[in-house]
Amino acid sequence: MTAHASPVSPSNSTTRALRATVMAVGAVVIYLIVLWRALLFAGEMTAGNSFAGGILAAFTRFDDVGNLFFGQALQQTVNALSIGAIYALIALGYTMVYGIIELINFAHGDIFMIGAFLSIVVTGGIFGQQDSVTNIPFLALLVICALLVSMVLVGLINVTIERLVYRPLRHAPRLAPLITAIGVSFILQNIALTIAGSGDRKAAQVFPLDWQISVGDAKISILNIFVFALALGLMLALQNFVGRSRMGRAMRATAQDQSAASLMGVDLNQTIALTFLLGGMLAGAAGVAWGLKFGYVKFDLGFNSGLKAFTAAVLGGIGNISGAVLGGFIIGFIENFASALGYSRWSEFLVFLILTLVLIFKPSGILGQLTGDRA
Amino acid sequence: MSAVTAIGPGSQGAGMRARIRDFSDAHRSATIVISLAIVAVLMTILPKIPPLSLIQNEAPWFDAFANAGIYVLLAMGLNVVIGLAGLLDLGYAAFFAIGAYAYAYSNSPFSGLDLPFLPMLIVGAAVAAVFGIALGAPTLRLRGDYLAIMTLGFGEIVPIVFLNLDTWTQGTNGISGIFRPEPLPILGEFSPVTPYPYMIVMVFIVAIAMILLYRLQDSRVGRAWNAVREDELAAAANGINTVTTKLLAFALGATTAGLAGVFSASKLTIVSPDQFYFQVSFTVLAMVILGGMGNIWGVAVGAFIVYLIQVIVLKQLNSLKEALNLPAFDLGPIHVNISGIDFTNYQFLLFGFALVMMMLFRPEGLFPSQRRRRELHIADDLAGPIEDDPGVVGALGEAPGADELFDGGDKPEGGQ
Repeated sequence: MTAHASPVSPSNSTTRALRATVMAVGAVVIYLIVLWRALLFAGEMTAGNSFAGGILAAFTRFDDVGNLFFGQALQQTVNALSIGAIYALIALGYTMVYGIIELINFAHGDIFMIGAFLSIVVTGGIFGQQDSVTNIPFLALLVICALLVSMVLVGLINVTIERLVYRPLRHAPRLAPLITAIGVSFILQNIALTIAGSGDRKAAQVFPLDWQISVGDAKISILNIFVFALALGLMLALQNFVGRSRMGRAMRATAQDQSAASLMGVDLNQTIALTFLLGGMLAGAAGVAWGLKFGYVKFDLGFNSGLKAFTAAVLGGIGNISGAVLGGFIIGFIENFASALGYSRWSEFLVFLILTLVLIFKPSGILGQLTGDRA
Repeated sequence: MSAVTAIGPGSQGAGMRARIRDFSDAHRSATIVISLAIVAVLMTILPKIPPLSLIQNEAPWFDAFANAGIYVLLAMGLNVVIGLAGLLDLGYAAFFAIGAYAYAYSNSPFSGLDLPFLPMLIVGAAVAAVFGIALGAPTLRLRGDYLAIMTLGFGEIVPIVFLNLDTWTQGTNGISGIFRPEPLPILGEFSPVTPYPYMIVMVFIVAIAMILLYRLQDSRVGRAWNAVREDELAAAANGINTVTTKLLAFALGATTAGLAGVFSASKLTIVSPDQFYFQVSFTVLAMVILGGMGNIWGVAVGAFIVYLIQVIVLKQLNSLKEALNLPAFDLGPIHVNISGIDFTNYQFLLFGFALVMMMLFRPEGLFPSQRRRRELHIADDLAGPIEDDPGVVGALGEAPGADELFDGGDKPEGGQ
């Protein structure tokens, strides 16, 4: 019985990870632009309204219509990247916790929801902003404050939950902590429901939506670029931390073999708490990104986003940091594409279909090397 | 199921209890029939007398009991999946929905069909079982926690499909005007004003389901479920086809949910996607955990109590609060306004706390089965001498935590 998750990070070279990330993102961007252009062309062609014709046109037509479509494709791609970045940040929390204690932290989505609430509390409540902020230093202050408050508080909440309910169950049968996590998820949701009510809680989107970069005909929202860049920065920081620092090494050791790590002098409790802290902080950052991008929060936000993010983690290979990021972007793209095609109400169906297919045919995910005895 | 022994002589009450225990062990089905008959009589009489008659009339009580029966059925079915076979199914409401929609198609103006109720109970259950097998066959090879997420996904997808395929399901509005069952000889008309026949039919269904489940639990299949739950590898090594065994548990759980769905649809006369969201699965899960996973009686009682708390006690708290009409007051910085609280909003908060507390302090549930209690207290037992107790050693092999503790070939049960 050697039921071990793969190490938190298989890569020990930051440059390699960086190159892989850049390549993955680049490939997806190109793919999406081509696919989107093909789609738009297919919609445009009145006679042969076919996808194949669209693909052909996507590669061959570079006239005015082609440029227009290129612009739209670019806009959608950037949009998908920013939503994918949010899912990726949440997925990292799932994957790290699973990697280290093999628990599906069901409450993680709700942790993200609390982060989103905290972010609109900071911007709309504490700073009292009712409108977008065009003063750049003040906007920077707002965003940094929101990030600090949300990341620190949510990280601490996550650590507290681990300390109070998951740690006592660490050696209990597998179902016990999972059921506990479901209970925690409902507690968090209902606390939010009690405080904030059942409807959408709206707040001003402090980041001006009309800040855009024009690329030809395309208008790319700076907010989306900011969200993407923020997420990417945090992910690289995490990769660096896990791959290089002493505590990161302790995390990887614990993920590989708890007892051996413990014998080598790793403080298991501290390392697991650190994992929850990092996961919570990333979820907090994702919450801030959500608040900036959508300007509303709802008590059950964490349930659906959490499921999508978990799907992302499984898709990429649970326990694998790069996998979670890749999976997050793929889910973001799928959702964006589905809603653009007019199937947004099927997007959850699609996400679960993918989850099902991945679990059936490749339970280790795209990048995972899961060696579970029963997976 | 060992007979109870070693009860001190001379104690009349204990001797009586032991005799009842012996009888129930020897004649399980008869015990179930007798007990449920007593329950049916009590549920008929109690609403006519105080204190129950003070709360509401007898018709709403019969109605509540019949609805509670739906949840008892659901909980018993989920108990097969979670408690007996050890598979965490978080999308159980999906099968409930499938059973309900199956009845809606066979008995409504929407489809134009009007098929008889009792055969449809079986058909609805069979349809749900087919879906259970269809979902289970590819996914039961997965490890437990993956299965949990898969079933959760399925539970999410099914209402979405019913919601989005509005040509066939009428979307959010659902299928309404479902025909009620035909009147029965002695019981009379099924109707909202006389819900008594629903209650009695429900008791019958629960009795039959309970007898069948107990017999299954004690059969070869039931032992296979236990073995798979305790240690899948060891079970497979001993010649149990683990996938078939798990699939059977899954299908049986789905069947029971399908039964409950048919009954629920015939009683509510409307099915719509919002009746089958995750909250239903979660409620049933809470019932199973509270009642005590693996113990059929415990789960049934747990479901009954939780349902009544949900629909009666919380509402009573609301009317009590209105009757008292407390003014709002300040406790230091905290503003307390009891009159503004709607207690029914807190049921899921309560369930959440209940799940966490139960897992931390009493994971075997309120009415545990002996085996489950043992299994869930491995950590306590680890401290004690384990070599002499084969039961504990068997359970030890199953616990992943213990596994990792003793990884490296020097497990305490190494000789096995």
